[in-house]
Amino acid sequence: MTEEAPVLELRQVDKSFGPIDVLHEISLTVRAGEVLCLLGDNGAGKSTLIKTLAGVHPPTRGEILMDGRPVHFSGPKDAGDRGIATVHQFGGTFPLMSIGRSFFVGVEPTKGWGPFKVFDRKKANEIAVQAVQSFGITRIDDGDRLVGGLSGGERQSLAIARAVHFGARVLILDEPTAALGVKQASHVLRIVLEAKRRGLAVIFITHQVMHAMAVGDHFAVLIRGALAANFRKGEKTREEITDLMAGGEAMAGLEASLETYMQSHEGHPPSA
Amino acid sequence: MTAGVFRGLGRFAQRPETGSFVGLIVTYAFFAILGGRLFLGAPGWSSWLNMAAEVGIVALPVGLLMIAGELDISVGSVLPAASLTVAILSGHYKLPIALGIAGGLLVGVAVGFVNGLLVTRTRIPSLILTIGTMFAVMGLTLGFTIMIAGSTGVFIVPDPLTKALFGAALGGMFQVGIFWWAGFAAIIYALLHLSPWGNWIFALGGDRDSARNAGIPTQRLTIQLYMLSGFAAAFVGVMQVITFGSAQVAAGSSFIFNSIMCVVIGGVLLTGGAGSVIGIVLGTMTFAIVNQGIFFSSLNPDFGSIIIGALLLAAVLSNDTFRALAMNYAGKKT
Repeated sequence: MTEEAPVLELRQVDKSFGPIDVLHEISLTVRAGEVLCLLGDNGAGKSTLIKTLAGVHPPTRGEILMDGRPVHFSGPKDAGDRGIATVHQFGGTFPLMSIGRSFFVGVEPTKGWGPFKVFDRKKANEIAVQAVQSFGITRIDDGDRLVGGLSGGERQSLAIARAVHFGARVLILDEPTAALGVKQASHVLRIVLEAKRRGLAVIFITHQVMHAMAVGDHFAVLIRGALAANFRKGEKTREEITDLMAGGEAMAGLEASLETYMQSHEGHPPSA
Repeated sequence: MTAGVFRGLGRFAQRPETGSFVGLIVTYAFFAILGGRLFLGAPGWSSWLNMAAEVGIVALPVGLLMIAGELDISVGSVLPAASLTVAILSGHYKLPIALGIAGGLLVGVAVGFVNGLLVTRTRIPSLILTIGTMFAVMGLTLGFTIMIAGSTGVFIVPDPLTKALFGAALGGMFQVGIFWWAGFAAIIYALLHLSPWGNWIFALGGDRDSARNAGIPTQRLTIQLYMLSGFAAAFVGVMQVITFGSAQVAAGSSFIFNSIMCVVIGGVLLTGGAGSVIGIVLGTMTFAIVNQGIFFSSLNPDFGSIIIGALLLAAVLSNDTFRALAMNYAGKKT
């Protein structure tokens, strides 16, 4: 074998809920140090695919392989133990908990002995702050701050840093930039690149083509539960990808005509 | 320098008990002025501390449940159920009192277990579900009491040691329950704020799915919390039956709203995820001071509930304000 086996691979995976088929014959591979961008419009089956990858739903048919060996996840905890971490749109953290406490939910560091083990706040705060700062978010310096007081981008960063700290090998990012402003989104994209640099396999789910093109090595477009395209960086233009996502319609053409209209009307969009 | 002061203020405002502490001071001062020396002296203190102890023991675990995002209404019927279990076992059947107490506490834990099981296995909101179990327990209590004892009240004569442990009054005024309350508060403080288990409770109330994904046994935790509140309600039931020497079927319903009110005045977020044990204790004190202080003041006690209602609204509003402060302090640098 000349090349290392992909960290995570799907082979011909189908998923149906009762009579409804949601995913059809999905085959995907993610390698260490690569970002796979999963593109798709709303309702294309992205969430179901993520949940299948994260062990929430077992596939109806087909198989999932990790490091070239078939695996069966008994649940999200099992997938997590094997190194698959999912970070949701809002960071999946607890707004009214402190940074240190939320970082260690479920794996609290303790000091003391026997029944008198107490939560080690100082240690938790130190490790959490250090982990986030190592991703370049230096504004977070106080582990007692509430997560709810952080910006959207900082929350995402915290969640990603947490996943990496606890040994994630595959990072599934579910629309991490969807609710963010331009500047915040660029923070998150930088963190995605940092995770990639550290050798993680990243699955980046988005419907913002620009964000995908900024970090992706490898792209997959999902339409109505099937893979409509699977290509590598530089093989397609932004317009082509947008068209694909919209189901082959001339979305890019529409966008272009909108732009021309706005140019000729002092930046105003056409009235509806 | 000023940054340091602001940081300190931020820390102070960030603490969930800050609002309830301010509320307690204001309320106490208000009734101290109206109630005069009698309220400031031992009669005043014993009167509100006795009440605070009873409702406080129930409010503590109800508060934990609320932090975890659940409610428990059934405490109102667990309390008389436990009282009557003790009275029937040890009063009617003349079994040893220790057995009666164990039976009473077991009833509470069992109802809690059923509550927890139903809440985790169904999708019924815990508010509705525990109203259901409350009525079920109420019916069982009434039915069995009439069937066994033939009346709605059962008498019991506790031995002096038991009476001293659960029903004594120091100086004829301060009930021993005050010390039990302090003990409960210390243990629950350690559980919520010091042990890792407490972190799970906050996480559960903050975001159930994320908590589960983080590997927290959310179902087991919920069941444990309901068993704890069942135990606490039963414990107060046991104290009451030993203090008064009798158990009544109709007792306990006041604990439903009172316990929830103490918790909310204490700064616990109704939807879960935030709160503190010190806050719950302070909230309970405030509630009891209003409740009892009215009798020491020249105000017409018939209108006392108005103050309690106003206090509750003020507490919720100030809690929201303090929470917003806590979220935003130091978050302004962007």
